[in-house]
Amino acid sequence: MPTIRIPAPLRPYTENQSSVSVGGATAGKALDELTQTYPALRQHLFEGNALRSFVNVYLNDEDIRYLDGADTAVGEQDTLMIIPSIAGG
Amino acid sequence: MNQYEHNGGPELSHEEVRRYSRHLIMPEVGMAGQKRLKAASVLLIGAGGLGSPLAMYLAAAGIGRIGLVDYDVVDASNLQRQVIHGTKDIGRPKLESARDRILDINPHVRVDAYPVPLTSENALEILAPYDVIIDGTDNFPTRYLTNDACVLLGKPNVYGSIFRFDGQVSVFYAEEGPCYRCLFPQPPPPGLVPSCAEGGVLGVLPGTVGAIQATEAIKLILGVGEPLIGRLLLYDALNMEFSEVKLRKNPDCPVCGDNPTVTELIDYEQFCGMPAHDRSHYQHGLEAEETVPGITPGALRERLDAGNEVQLLDVREPHEWAISNLGHLGATLIPKDQVLEQMSELDTAQEIVVYCRTGVRSADVIRLLRQHGFARLTNLEGGINRWAEEVEPALPVY
Repeated sequence: MPTIRIPAPLRPYTENQSSVSVGGATAGKALDELTQTYPALRQHLFEGNALRSFVNVYLNDEDIRYLDGADTAVGEQDTLMIIPSIAGG
Repeated sequence: MNQYEHNGGPELSHEEVRRYSRHLIMPEVGMAGQKRLKAASVLLIGAGGLGSPLAMYLAAAGIGRIGLVDYDVVDASNLQRQVIHGTKDIGRPKLESARDRILDINPHVRVDAYPVPLTSENALEILAPYDVIIDGTDNFPTRYLTNDACVLLGKPNVYGSIFRFDGQVSVFYAEEGPCYRCLFPQPPPPGLVPSCAEGGVLGVLPGTVGAIQATEAIKLILGVGEPLIGRLLLYDALNMEFSEVKLRKNPDCPVCGDNPTVTELIDYEQFCGMPAHDRSHYQHGLEAEETVPGITPGALRERLDAGNEVQLLDVREPHEWAISNLGHLGATLIPKDQVLEQMSELDTAQEIVVYCRTGVRSADVIRLLRQHGFARLTNLEGGINRWAEEVEPALPVY
């Protein structure tokens, strides 16, 4: 099952899990499954059924916006990474 | 990076040759590189967590001119991570304290102090004289401002950002790669991402991230190695993992893309929907929010002394309750994120005074509970910290 890495600002919504294994054959489906497990996370990632514009999702080291977006295929060994905007200094 | 190459450059005194000996014997630096560092100028936006190690290492490395932008004064809560300042500096302007430390490390450095907030009005003028800009600020509006000013001026922006145990580093240089807006076209909505003041930060984290930024700045100036242009380095201190993702230049980027729509600096507080600094007059976010009734600590003390029945609700986290609490006055703890689940434990008919650390989270909880039929809710203004300062000095302020 692909793994999704959860950034620190979103971990309060995933019971502090820093990575979660999910089903789903595409990036969108995997994230959808993640937010079914953790419903409080959904509003931070999705606006309706679309990923929110400030949410960056990477398949391994590539931005899915430059692949097939939410339809990007994900395999068993792949890692999806949510990259948050953080501003501390 | 031809722009950093200086033919000849400033001479090094015998004292400087001795000082920089460990650089001079490395072929990647040598006499030519050290002269390049001496001829170079770097501007640090922010003299806080990231700015501290940055300023100290860049000064020690022999950067000739270091500019610092920060209007704040040193507070005791800075010292856990802002190692350029010391206990004796509490209450001093950060730039005075930083200048003293820099000149103690290396008197050959020219230090330029800008004790003002960076704004759309002053940014281009402040950034213009410097070769490399380093973003070590603590808020989204100033990050977008720094990015856009660097793109407009054609300067590299060595970016670093921290939160709790996580860090990010990259070099945004629109002449050669993507900019900050290519990665983050839109800021997150106000309130979604806590600041370090709200969310906390591991004290060592800015040391690690700031040292990486300093390394990148020095590499840019020397023109050696592979810079972090087009790459975002992610540091997870809790798992002790570094990972890296590719960044691409977005052809539709509003500031560095093919058809830019941002061709001059804009209002970044409006763009982000939040103030950039505590001297800001930006009010949009506050006006947009429903105001909640408040009570000062002194007035609450009087009401309790008069025997009024008041339920106290603490909406902080359990680890904050352990620092200070009003349990001795009958306060109950329900963390903000659990208030909706546990609201059946509260009496809608009774007056409830809600408090947190400084009064921001408690106001959010009041707005939320009002939507669920609670009418008699009052916010403790300034939170338990102001209560501790004004009413109960036996409690610590954190």
